[in-house]
Amino acid sequence: MASAEEVAKEAERRDIRDRWLLSAPALIIIFLAATGPLLIVVIYSFLTPGPYGDVVWKFSTDGWLSVLMQRDIFDDTLAFADAHLSIFWRSVKLSFLTTIFTLLFGFPTAYFIATRPARQRNIWLFLITIPFWTNLLIRTFAIQEVIRNEGIVNTVLIKLGIISQPIQMMFTDFALMVGMTYVYLPLMVLPLYASMEKIDFRLVEAGYDLYANRFQVLRRVIIPLVKPGIIAGSILVFIPALGAYVTPRVLGGTKNMMLGNLIELQFGQGRNWPLGSALSISLMAIVMVALLLYVRSVGRRGGAHG
Amino acid sequence: MASRFDIRRQTGFTTIAMICFFALYLPIVTLVVYAFNAGSSIAIWEGVSLRWFYQAWNNDQVVDASIRSLQIASVAATIATIVATMAALATTRTKPYPGLGFKYAFINQPLMVPEIVTAVALLIFFSRIKIWTGYSGLGYLMAAHTAFCIPFAYLPIRARLENMDLSLEIAAADLYATPWKAFRRVTFPLLWPGILAGLMLAFVISLDDVVITEFVKSGGQDTLPTYMLGQFRRVITPEINAISTVFLLISILIVTVFFFISRKKDQE
Repeated sequence: MASAEEVAKEAERRDIRDRWLLSAPALIIIFLAATGPLLIVVIYSFLTPGPYGDVVWKFSTDGWLSVLMQRDIFDDTLAFADAHLSIFWRSVKLSFLTTIFTLLFGFPTAYFIATRPARQRNIWLFLITIPFWTNLLIRTFAIQEVIRNEGIVNTVLIKLGIISQPIQMMFTDFALMVGMTYVYLPLMVLPLYASMEKIDFRLVEAGYDLYANRFQVLRRVIIPLVKPGIIAGSILVFIPALGAYVTPRVLGGTKNMMLGNLIELQFGQGRNWPLGSALSISLMAIVMVALLLYVRSVGRRGGAHG
Repeated sequence: MASRFDIRRQTGFTTIAMICFFALYLPIVTLVVYAFNAGSSIAIWEGVSLRWFYQAWNNDQVVDASIRSLQIASVAATIATIVATMAALATTRTKPYPGLGFKYAFINQPLMVPEIVTAVALLIFFSRIKIWTGYSGLGYLMAAHTAFCIPFAYLPIRARLENMDLSLEIAAADLYATPWKAFRRVTFPLLWPGILAGLMLAFVISLDDVVITEFVKSGGQDTLPTYMLGQFRRVITPEINAISTVFLLISILIVTVFFFISRKKDQE
């Protein structure tokens, strides 16, 4: 005869087994069509490029070496690959600036929504949600129509007589900056709003009672309260910005590549899959570091985040 | 007389917010307006016409790409929602068990990795399989879309489940309902809004995807977004605006329904 305790244990074991069976299809699909192939990328980064793309199964560290270095074709010496370094630098710089700009514009916007009366709030929130879920390609295309030489900005400025020649904005880092800030702004506003919604305004009132001015209240009361939202929003913007592919392709052209485009190049015309694989892993490594910093900063605050 | 001091006000914030809303919608509105341009420019206005909508409608490439997009999104969103529902049932309403944290991390993994990296990984993996099996149909795109849709379908379903306690299911079991019957008659009807929200999210996410599709597709398998991306290299006519407008309309429709389903849930 099994004791009651054993019966309970057996039931629990069966429950856990059933729960594994129930989640198995999702886990298997993600393993086969998302996580598993990432491991193959690691292997490919250590192989030799094939003549028409793909790889030859011969071990080589050239893929990794060419991430940062290039071999001189005449005397076989190694030098820093300036082109790659400048693209790495541009990607990090533009993603960082995009994060700052979306924060500068997104913070007041989220604050504005959070301080509306409850009924109005949903409408404003809805207006942010729509661009959030509409196709990134369409939004990139829309911003392109505004800043191109024959676009609204230039047409209006010429009509007003402020400029006589259109300002070339397309295919510059400026265009990338504007475009990325535009497409990623909703990603910043939503998490900011989520933590501002919870602000206890009695704390703000207390700040004023202690003779703080508006700026001091903002800096010493409101910003510390919504810090989790600021961090979450920054991560949500920085990571996709770093791996951006569509926006730089449409707005940046071939001269203003970012990491995503450099990676694509290796799988297309570049025919250097090992280098492309090594670049992909490098990109993922930067993202993982950013995520780790995020987890640590959230962890320190006792796991409370908005 | 002192006016009432509003403690919530911050100088300039409302102005910046208004600029943001204006800047968010100005490009979209311009895009839609020029879809109705009678001329063939996307900058010079020549009167109202529906010619570009007709042209897009009669463009076989556009129609084929649209049908393909809808096929992939339907299959991927349906499968993703079914497996995500099962996974959500398996990971909620229980005390922590070994592997639970792993499951959370694994299901959300596609959200953590930059899309371009997943795209490259799938390109490598699927090109091998294409050589081995000789199959080069839409299955690859459907598999890839299903995988990255799962976390999006999972989130609203899990959120809904966490607000439901087990008492009704226990009552059903006490009344001799089999587990399947209890699920069908009790859990499922209560969970339905979450499942619907997950399904719609997954559908929109699949419909919008550019990067992964661009890398995984074989020749002649353009979806609407990759077709549009290809067009940007050529001279752009308002036909692209017309396609975008219809696309936008569909997205807004789905998002609106989703928004109100999930808001209602919050108020319950």
